[in-house]
Amino acid sequence: MTMREKIEEAAARYPDQRSAIMPALLIAQKEHGHLPGPVLEEIADILGVERIRVYELATFYTLFHTEPVGMFHLQLCDNVSCMLCGSEDLLNHLETALGIGKGDTTPDGLFTLSTVECLGACEMAPVMQVGDDYHGDLDVARINALLDRLRATVGAASFEHASGRLPGE
Amino acid sequence: MFEPVLLKNVDVADGHLVSTYEAGGGYQALAKALREYTPDEVIDLVKRSNLRGRGGAGFPTGMKWGFVPKRTGKPTYLCCNADEGEPGTFKDRIIMERHPHQLIEGLAVSAYAIGAETAYVYIRGEYVTAIRRLEQAIAEAHAKGYLGKRILGSDFNFAVHIHCGAGAYICGEETAMLESLEGKRAQPRLKPPFPAVAGLYASPTVINNVETLACVPHIVVRGADWFRGIGPDKSPGPKLYCLSGQVRKPGLYELPMGIPLRELVENHAGGALPGRRIKAVIPGGVSAPVIPEHGLEVRMDFDSLAAAGSMLGSAGVIVIDDSTCMVKVATRIIEFFHHESCGKCTPCREGLNWVVKVLRRIEAGEGAAGDLEQLEMLCKGIFGNTFCALGDGAAMGLRAALGHFRNEFVAHIEDRGCPFH
Repeated sequence: MTMREKIEEAAARYPDQRSAIMPALLIAQKEHGHLPGPVLEEIADILGVERIRVYELATFYTLFHTEPVGMFHLQLCDNVSCMLCGSEDLLNHLETALGIGKGDTTPDGLFTLSTVECLGACEMAPVMQVGDDYHGDLDVARINALLDRLRATVGAASFEHASGRLPGE
Repeated sequence: MFEPVLLKNVDVADGHLVSTYEAGGGYQALAKALREYTPDEVIDLVKRSNLRGRGGAGFPTGMKWGFVPKRTGKPTYLCCNADEGEPGTFKDRIIMERHPHQLIEGLAVSAYAIGAETAYVYIRGEYVTAIRRLEQAIAEAHAKGYLGKRILGSDFNFAVHIHCGAGAYICGEETAMLESLEGKRAQPRLKPPFPAVAGLYASPTVINNVETLACVPHIVVRGADWFRGIGPDKSPGPKLYCLSGQVRKPGLYELPMGIPLRELVENHAGGALPGRRIKAVIPGGVSAPVIPEHGLEVRMDFDSLAAAGSMLGSAGVIVIDDSTCMVKVATRIIEFFHHESCGKCTPCREGLNWVVKVLRRIEAGEGAAGDLEQLEMLCKGIFGNTFCALGDGAAMGLRAALGHFRNEFVAHIEDRGCPFH
């Protein structure tokens, strides 16, 4: 399905098109990685709503990114339960290992490092979300292994890309 | 001996599939409700069970359903609050990941009771696995005739839609969630009108938490007396407790409402980490005021915790041990509330910004004489003066930390640094 078709399908669930802006933003972000102005305007056109209605949501909710993020968005929880289980040390380690600060992206565009509020998985604190996946009970060794696995995925994906498949497919 | 019902199949492989759910008696509550009860009789049954909302406020569920006006000429909506954002809380995620049909059956029975044909489940966007499991479960339930038109041969039609949130804690507040569902920025509404009268799209709307809805099928099958027989009469039922922090066995525990906090933390969750002592426990997510170790005899139900100056909230139980600085915990909690303030009202938006600045300087050893009095003045300016409960939760939490652990705040200011470093 095209992005337009996916958005129209989502919109059919609501009596008011405006309710479909959030689902549309999620669909578009999955498609484009982030939400630049022209994409927001396309959503407004598809749903027939004023552009400001789309912009105001894209800038209010923290899961929407109007700026590009890395291929892997490392979202480390630093709320109370994770903090009590050592998330601060993990953040320091990630900053050193990646050579970037919180909120930054590595120059190769692979990793963006963020801290986030509670991910709702405190039973496995400290927790980090990467893409769709939660990684719990983290320590320095597990973080290192995870970074290695993610880097290896890229190698495999570029190889597949050469054979006609796009990364993430 | 307490028999878990909400988490009965939690460790069963394929517990999320309709076949597993049916094999354990699933969807018999829906069949029974449609066959044996009128909608009003279901409401009456839930009223008699004394079920109180598991989202945090503890409002009687049957009473909430009873507020929905009939024959308004508008559709009635059922909304499920699955935006679980209260730090320390993960119960609804586990229900949706492992027991999604329990929620769907609860939605169907509740919708039948209030006369709704459409439900929206507002799930936080981070919960990707829960969203996929619930989508799959909705498709299965449709295929089996538990959702859709003329369900199980009755006149009842019902559809469930998932609406993904996008990272706003404030959506736990029910009117902010409705704004978000309508495609607006999530900011709370002025009440009245209450959602039961004018909620989603200005139509009659009931908003219930995931765990609340998951209790409903069990009440239909086992009866109101069974439910009321578990825990305190005014706050009864099986309850999910989320244990996290500095404790040996963090995890989700289903136990009777009203279990002593000490028994929960020490017997069930294994107590403090090796070589450590418990200093304090937050009993209901970070909005709930902290309880020092000597207060752990308190029972985990809405009324007992309120009487002890805290609250059951979402039953997110966060254990803090003697290696941890309470100034740091309090600062992190207020930073969270400041970050999540929706910006609608001044006391919350500006007050929390100010509180964070004072707390950070105290934590950094740069606090000054008068800072604690200033924090108390700020709490007074916030508490009771905000549009919704977010600001109240922040102020109550800070007051409790200042009240119980004042010596730690004073030490930071007088010694110009953190004694835990």
